[in-house]
Formats: sequence, C-alpha cells, structure tokens
Amino acid sequence: MQKQPITTLPNDTGGITKYGLQRRNMLKFAGASAALIVVGSACNKNDNPSNGGIDLGSGDVGILNYAYALEQLEAAFYTQVVATPYSGISALESEYLTDIRNHEVAHREFFKAAITAAAPTAIIPGLQVNFSSINFASRDSVLATAMAFEDLGVSAYNGAGQLISSSASGKVYLGLAGKIVSVEARHAALIRDLISNGTFANTTDTNGLDTPVRTPAQVLAIASAYLTTKLDASHLPS
Amino acid sequence: MNLENIISEIEKVDPEVYGRFDTRRKAMKNFLNISGKVALASMPLALGSMFKKAYGQTPSTVTDVLNFALTLEYLEAEFYNNIVGSAGYMTASAAAQGALTKIKVDENAHVAFLKGILGTAAVAKPTFDFTGNKSVNGGGPFTGYLASYPVQLAMAQTFEDTGVRAYKGQAGTLQTSRTALTAALQIHSVEARHASHIRQMRRALDVAVPANQKPLKPWITLNYSGIAYPPAQANIDLSFAGEDVTTQAGVNIVGLGGNAFIDAKAASEAFDEPLTATQVLTIVNPFIV
Repeated sequence: MQKQPITTLPNDTGGITKYGLQRRNMLKFAGASAALIVVGSACNKNDNPSNGGIDLGSGDVGILNYAYALEQLEAAFYTQVVATPYSGISALESEYLTDIRNHEVAHREFFKAAITAAAPTAIIPGLQVNFSSINFASRDSVLATAMAFEDLGVSAYNGAGQLISSSASGKVYLGLAGKIVSVEARHAALIRDLISNGTFANTTDTNGLDTPVRTPAQVLAIASAYLTTKLDASHLPS
Repeated sequence: MNLENIISEIEKVDPEVYGRFDTRRKAMKNFLNISGKVALASMPLALGSMFKKAYGQTPSTVTDVLNFALTLEYLEAEFYNNIVGSAGYMTASAAAQGALTKIKVDENAHVAFLKGILGTAAVAKPTFDFTGNKSVNGGGPFTGYLASYPVQLAMAQTFEDTGVRAYKGQAGTLQTSRTALTAALQIHSVEARHASHIRQMRRALDVAVPANQKPLKPWITLNYSGIAYPPAQANIDLSFAGEDVTTQAGVNIVGLGGNAFIDAKAASEAFDEPLTATQVLTIVNPFIV
C-alpha cells in the first residue's frame, strides 16, 4: 500500500475521522498493512525545528493540547474499528464500540473547540496516526489495543490533574479532565471485561488506587508507537 | 443524626442560605467539604464551623475533603462487606460473586488508605442503615436487600455512580496538595471501573431496568438511573440528576464537528458530571444513622 498524499480534507472536522471513513473500503482489504492514515498537515507553525516534534506548548493550554492529542489517537482508532468491524464481532460488542467511538470523537471535538476558543494560535493540528501494528480484522488485536489506549488514557489524565494550574480557568480544566477520565475508566473496564470478564479493575494496587499514574513523557513514549507525528512535551508543566 | 437538619438550622438563621450558596460557589465548596466531619462532630460545633466556612474566608482543606471521601468509602466498604456472603449474593453466579468480592476488597483498601493518610484527623465510621431508614432498627425502603441480589446490584450501582460524581466535585479543593489530588483521582477512576462493571452485571441480569431506559450501558446515559425501584425511586434518581448535560465549557457537544452520531445521549455519556457535597449528603443521608 502506498502512502497517501498529505491532504487537508474539505470540511475537516479534526482530520482522522472523516478520512478514515473515506478509506474504509481500502482498509477493509488492507488489513494489518493499513498502516498510515494521514490526517491533515503535520507542518505548521507549532513545529519545533529543534527536535522535529510539534510543541504541545506550556501551561494549561499545553495540558489541553496533550489531552487533545490523546483523544485524537483514541478517536481515530475507534473510528477505524467501527468502519471495519473485526471478524465475528457480536451485536453487543458493536454497540459498545460504536458508543465509545462516539464518546472519543466527542472528546476530540470538544478539545478542538475549547482550545480554539481559549488559545487559537496554540492549538496543535490534526495528527497522523500509525496503526500498522494493529490488525483491525482481529478481535484480539483490536481489543488489546483498545485496552492499552483506555488504560493509557486513565493513567494520563490521573497524572495530568496535578499539572493543571489552580487559576480560575485551571479549575475549569481540572473539572473537565475529571468529567472525561471517569468515562475513559468506564471504557477501560468494559474493554477489559470483553477480553476477560471480571478484570475491570485489575489495575489497582494494594491501596485500591488505579495504577500506574503516568507523566506526559511516559504516556507519549507509549503513544508514539501509534503516531507518525512527533510530539514535543518538553514545555509542559511538570 | 439528620444531616438535612443542619441545613434547616442554617436556614432558620439565614433564610437566604440556599441562594447564598448558589451565588457563592466558593462558600458552597467550603460548606460541602465539611460534610465528612459532620458525621462525627457535635451539632453545635459542626454548625459553628460550617458558618465559618460558608460565610467566612477560611479555605476548605484537604483534610475536609479526604474525610468526606472517607465517609463515602466507609459506606461503600460496609455495604459490600454486608452483601458478600449474604443470601442474595449466594444466588449470583461465580463470576458475579468474584466481581463483588473484588470491589469489596478495593473499597476496604480505600478506607484503609484514607485512614492511613489522615491519621488522627480521620473521622470515625458512622453507623449505617442500608435499609435507608436512618435507624439501627432498619425498616427503610431497602429492607430485605440482603436477600435480594437484584436490589444489591441496584444499590451498588447507585453507590458507585454517586462515588464517581462525588470525587469529581472535590477535585478543585485538593489542588493545594498534588499528592492528595492524584490519590483522589486514582480512587475516582477505580470507582468508575466498578460502576462500569456493575452496570454490565445489571444489564446481563435484566431485572429492574426501566424499559424506556434500555439498554443499560456501562456509562451514564442522559439522567437515566437505569433502575426501577419504586420504594426509593426519588432518592435513587438524585444520584443521576444533572447527568444529562450536553454543553461543556460553553461548547455544545451535540453534533460537534459535523458528527451527527454525537446525539444527546452520546454527548451526555461522554462526560460524567460532578455532584456537590450537599447533593451527595442528601443521597447518602438515609443510610447514615
């Protein structure tokens, strides 16, 4: 499969979703080699030439961009899952995965709108994802990836809460992160149960706390395997 | 102790108390954060402290929030301690029993963890009446819950979803302690995992789920409780009030970005809403003697 040209789609709503749907038929046949889904331009003013990565920025806006990046990744993944259902998918699984797709796209679009409103010049662009390691025709591959993404999301939001400022807007952002992370945790539990019923909360430590808690650097080190676009988290709060 | 009486007492002194709280979010937070202590403190002391917090400039504290959380965890832990091994529980599948036992372990771990970090500042465990009658003699609308697995699951779902919303409401106050905030978030997401699973269990059981709210999801759709339990319906529904929000930070989520599949249900499901401590108190009050 040849790499598709980088394009910005008309009426692009965040990139990945619509493009992914347009590539639906091709991806159906491409299977595991449906590697690169291109979503808008990776080249914009946020590029940091010094390391080649897109700068997420600093302060609360940086954290919002960080969340936006993760939601882009999740939304792109579930968009593909819904567009090309794995072999033998049940009606219940299809219902759940479609719901999760809807939620993740809502999260992505929310961050896009919120960041655009708060800091229009600081928002990161649509990211290019690399799903070459995922076999969308395989239930095991899709659910394992879903679990990895959901648990990663929970660990990311749990780790980012303490990085948000206590300013008036920061408190709003913390509240929003809280509203989203519990939905991610609901997803994570459901996906875990689909893989092995009863494993919904097998992430707890002896104190009953959800683990791990990850820093942005730790999260992006994992997420980068699924992103063609490089991200620079070096200016985020720590 | 009737926690609602405290608000009534304030109302006698200050008839505009509700409006005052509504217009002074900070004061409201302070008020809410004292709730954990109310279960233990003497009434005069509680009232005096509450006035100070509601009307003065005293900041609410991390300790207040953690005691509020501890009180909720006491409730959840004792609930699961009671139902695991009960007659109703024994009618459930092995998988269901395993799940309830896992949740019981988590909730008891939360109690131990919060007590550990609070030390001598930890509130004592209240006496609970899980029949919902505020009485050591029971007799409330959940009488018989120990013998009914479906009622146990309905109560568990309500407690878990309430817990998720309760923690969410306190996050801002914990920002003065990064450690406490992170720990609270780590408990918060575990409660959400529990809620997700209990909801799956209730869907599979398909008992006492209102027909017009099916299918029951692992996430909260609109303000649906997903529970039909007439003896305590109004109280159960309080745990889901306000969950039907579809606008976040001024952004209308429905159809956002031209995505028609984000309908009102999806928009509400994608964001869990906080509960104020006052709302949480009203919900748990029937279970505290």
